[in-house]
Amino acid sequence: MQFSELWLRSFVSPDLDSDALGHLLTMAGLEVEEQDGVAAQFSKVVVAQIVEAEKHPNADKLRVCKVDAGQGELLQIVCGAPNAAAGIKIPCALVGADLAGFGIKAAKLRGVESFGMLCSAKELGISEESNGLLVLPEDAPVGTDLREYLDLNDTLFTIKLTPNRADCLSLTGIAREVAALTGKPLSLPASEPVVSAHDGVRGIVLDAPEACPRYAGRIIRGVDAKVATPDWMKQRLARSGIRSISALVDVTNYVMLELGQPLHAFDEAKLNGAIHVRFPQAGEQVLLLNGQTVTPAADTLLIADESRALALAGIMGGEESGITLETTDLFLESAFFAPDAIAGRARAYGFSSDASYRFERGVDFALAGQAIERATRLIVDICGGSAGPVNEVVDAAKLPARAPIRLRAARVRRVLGIQLTADHVAEMFIRLNLQVARDGEDFVVTPPSYRFDLEIEEDLIEEIARLHGYDNIPTVAPKGPISMLPRPEARRDTMTVRRLIASREYQEVINFAFVEEAWEKDFSGNADPVRLANPIASQMSVMRSSLIGGLVSNVVTNRKRQTTRVRVFEIGRCFAKDAAGKPVEGYHQPLRVAALAAGLAKAEQWGESNRNVDFYDVKADLEALLFPRVAEFERASHPALHPGRSARVLLDGREIGFIGELHPIWVQRYELGTAPVVFEIELDALLGTVTPAYKELSRFPAVTRDLALVVEQDVTAASLLKGLQQVAPVIVQRIELFDQYQGKGIEPNRKSLAFRVVMQETQRTLEDAEVDAAMTALTRHAEENLGAKLRA
Amino acid sequence: MDQLDQLVAQAGVDFAAAADGAALEAAKARYLGKGGSLTELLKGLGKLDPEARKTAGAEINKAKAAIEAQLNARRDALQQAALEAQLAAEALDVTLPGRGAGIGGLHPVVRTLERVEQLFRSIGFDVAEGPEIETDFYNFTALNTPANHPARSMHDTFYLENGEGVLLRTHTSPVQIRAMQAHVEAYKDRDTMPELRVIAPGRVYRVDSDATHSPMFHQVEGLWVGESVSFADLKGVVADFLRSFFESDDLQVRFRPSFFPFTEPSAEIDVAFMSGALKGRWLEIAGCGMVHPNVLRFGGIDPERYTGFAFGMGPDRLTMLRYGVNDLRLFFEGDLRFLGQFR
Repeated sequence: MQFSELWLRSFVSPDLDSDALGHLLTMAGLEVEEQDGVAAQFSKVVVAQIVEAEKHPNADKLRVCKVDAGQGELLQIVCGAPNAAAGIKIPCALVGADLAGFGIKAAKLRGVESFGMLCSAKELGISEESNGLLVLPEDAPVGTDLREYLDLNDTLFTIKLTPNRADCLSLTGIAREVAALTGKPLSLPASEPVVSAHDGVRGIVLDAPEACPRYAGRIIRGVDAKVATPDWMKQRLARSGIRSISALVDVTNYVMLELGQPLHAFDEAKLNGAIHVRFPQAGEQVLLLNGQTVTPAADTLLIADESRALALAGIMGGEESGITLETTDLFLESAFFAPDAIAGRARAYGFSSDASYRFERGVDFALAGQAIERATRLIVDICGGSAGPVNEVVDAAKLPARAPIRLRAARVRRVLGIQLTADHVAEMFIRLNLQVARDGEDFVVTPPSYRFDLEIEEDLIEEIARLHGYDNIPTVAPKGPISMLPRPEARRDTMTVRRLIASREYQEVINFAFVEEAWEKDFSGNADPVRLANPIASQMSVMRSSLIGGLVSNVVTNRKRQTTRVRVFEIGRCFAKDAAGKPVEGYHQPLRVAALAAGLAKAEQWGESNRNVDFYDVKADLEALLFPRVAEFERASHPALHPGRSARVLLDGREIGFIGELHPIWVQRYELGTAPVVFEIELDALLGTVTPAYKELSRFPAVTRDLALVVEQDVTAASLLKGLQQVAPVIVQRIELFDQYQGKGIEPNRKSLAFRVVMQETQRTLEDAEVDAAMTALTRHAEENLGAKLRA
Repeated sequence: MDQLDQLVAQAGVDFAAAADGAALEAAKARYLGKGGSLTELLKGLGKLDPEARKTAGAEINKAKAAIEAQLNARRDALQQAALEAQLAAEALDVTLPGRGAGIGGLHPVVRTLERVEQLFRSIGFDVAEGPEIETDFYNFTALNTPANHPARSMHDTFYLENGEGVLLRTHTSPVQIRAMQAHVEAYKDRDTMPELRVIAPGRVYRVDSDATHSPMFHQVEGLWVGESVSFADLKGVVADFLRSFFESDDLQVRFRPSFFPFTEPSAEIDVAFMSGALKGRWLEIAGCGMVHPNVLRFGGIDPERYTGFAFGMGPDRLTMLRYGVNDLRLFFEGDLRFLGQFR
């Protein structure tokens, strides 16, 4: 909502300068987004007339003008504007003028003396662009101060109105607000009824009274639609950001800005029979003023006559029934359309209009009559013609109700935390033009017809807070019962997990949750991802079911920026269709942790020979994250991964994710250079940990024995270890793999795995015999059941 | 016994001349070894009469002790020198960097979220979360924003293909409803429900993309519901948080009336710094208000018995202001040169 300060001040004029007025509005919830003078700061610029314009003797593009600036004698001024010509009236900055800090002095230009400067609109800060001198109307009085002549001592305010304050979508509304905030008297333009000069009336039928409970119409005959809009009206419209179109259209816009009532003018000659306000019939079409032909949906309210649909009610008029410059008789509409009947409709057709914007937020339902009188007055005054009687049809029962709201003083205290006297509260309500009655401690308040936002007690409490001033509500340290939050020891928070991963040299990234569809196929084998209905771009069209694609793209991005060693991780949601999904039915959306390492295992350094990162490096990182819990790793294939170098990760027998080297075909297709190693794990699995439990320490010495077993190549270390652990006697404290060997001394296709067995008792020193027995038991089990041979 | 004094003096000279352990042992042999000068003198004592032998013996032993003392002193000195030489040879270039793995880092926005969480935890807020594919009901309806409400056009919503009634959440506010429902459920058997204090950080989505808008961004929702929670408390908590977060006691904080369907009264929160590039400018930083009674009801809470406040902040913006980042898009590009600055 943009408006001129001068226009506002014609209704209410508080003793505040423009900045203070802007601050007042902002702090009352009418946020001033922009506030600009209509022109730059300048002084000593007057209306002048060029009397003579001769070519400059020494410069082709300059003219030497003789200018009458009302100074008694003509001024000689050198001017470079192409439109400088004798006869035109223009702004002239006199010697001593100050144009936004630029002083005008007498000067010689190419040898010719010049006493002042003729100005363009741009030079005066009146417009962004200009083409030559600003040409003023022929009747502009020479010598008059330009600021006064053009009303340039004005400020444009642009207010960002919240959707609840439709009542402020007019100068009247803002003026009411300023009056309430400052206590200054309000003087609104009178709208005396225009006496009817003929008795022509068009019938009105409210076929859908819930949607349109009030409709006023009036025939005005014999207007001159071609007459020019008066300058004052054009200026106010322009300063509200509305272009002048024709006198009749300008009047309807002007009244909408002034009062907040959208109006529509039909060409009376193009109407047939009574006006119907109704919902569409099947197949009906309307050609709109914007050139668009729409087939209105069943819930779009129409204005129709007895033969056809004319306009989308409260949204936009029709091309065929609208007024033109040839119109002589018009039918003026001023109606109330219920917000529910308008909301969202214009958007559905892909546009918005000033009328729909207002109606969907709520237009004063008592305003139609006043607005039609005001518009009639202006039309008759400007365009001539004679007005008929107003035909106003109302279904009073269907008008919005303004039910009284009970406000409890105690509730105000409780919600706002401030103590106000009853008189103070009552005075605020009166200033806001609310009807108020006292009932003991309580107030019973009835809002006016233009306030759609006051429905419940809290709405009134907000009004009290606004008028009291949010700044005047104290800022207090809250008091509340203090009790400790649960912090289960066997559960760590996500931040702890993040810190752990970061400590393993991974940098956290945040990637978009919508990804390219190809990533879903490549990295998850997912042909049926969750698709967006309205993606912002095709490469962001599906929701990711894995974090891996994003991490791979981070490698690509960083390689382009000459970083080839990339270690990144992300914690984020993944999305998949799942009928059993919770809490939103149909979708599984777990939080996952994924990490990727690519390039050198260690940052470039002097101390050790380097190599590329491999599976076991990243596996160690994952094991560290899970520590002290121990996961199992099982060879498994995954669409993203090298089939021989990938595993599923199980914790307590439950699959929690995967780890592996990226498949060579993706390494090649995404131009990754070296193969990254990645893992992706359910975040929840990393949040669970264990509460430590003490085990008694032994004071007796431990005995360590080694066991080297030769097995087939494809026997996994984990299976062997698990097998040994299952049969280990109680004295065995732990078995650790400490060597893997293939090569000389070992048959081809076999390998040696060496285990260190640590044995100990808490109550006594072990005897050699029981140590030997334990080792024998382990060896025998390995040979008999695990297909191993003791290494020679 | 000039001869003995001479011998002692000569031994001292010879020992000092020995440059290493071997030379010292050779020099020692010349005096104290078999056939050494002093040994020879001792051997010669036998030829003297007892009285003279006693005197001469004492003299010789005294000289021997003196020579041995000189020998030990020289031995210590040589050992010391050898140790020093070894230590000098072992010296490292201490300026070479330490060996071992480097350290990664958190994302700058997460760094902010961590601080936000810590500050709010310190006054008893727990951290809650909610789904990002959310239902229309939780995202709008339960937040007092029915279909066709003009406030819906403030949010350009991403919808899902073939997804009836579901969307990508446009704000973290739906977590308010979920948190209230869970809280009510957890304490349904008690006469009094303890206060509910949660923050809910997370990703949100809107159809918007330019230099200052990202289609995915972050919010932190805060909610405090109790029997006596007021707007004055809201001002206290938010102002305290902002000053703590920016570590600036003179940060200006103002609340001005605004509109959100799910709070009444509602406010927009602006801050102004007293120094730095943005000095004196009011910057919009959060929205807040007293939880609308309808929203409390949707959460299963009786608005007559309980009141509450809620706020929603943009941690991306907090991060930009805190660290002076001037382009929102940097957060989501994954450029390690940028992200590495926040370790």
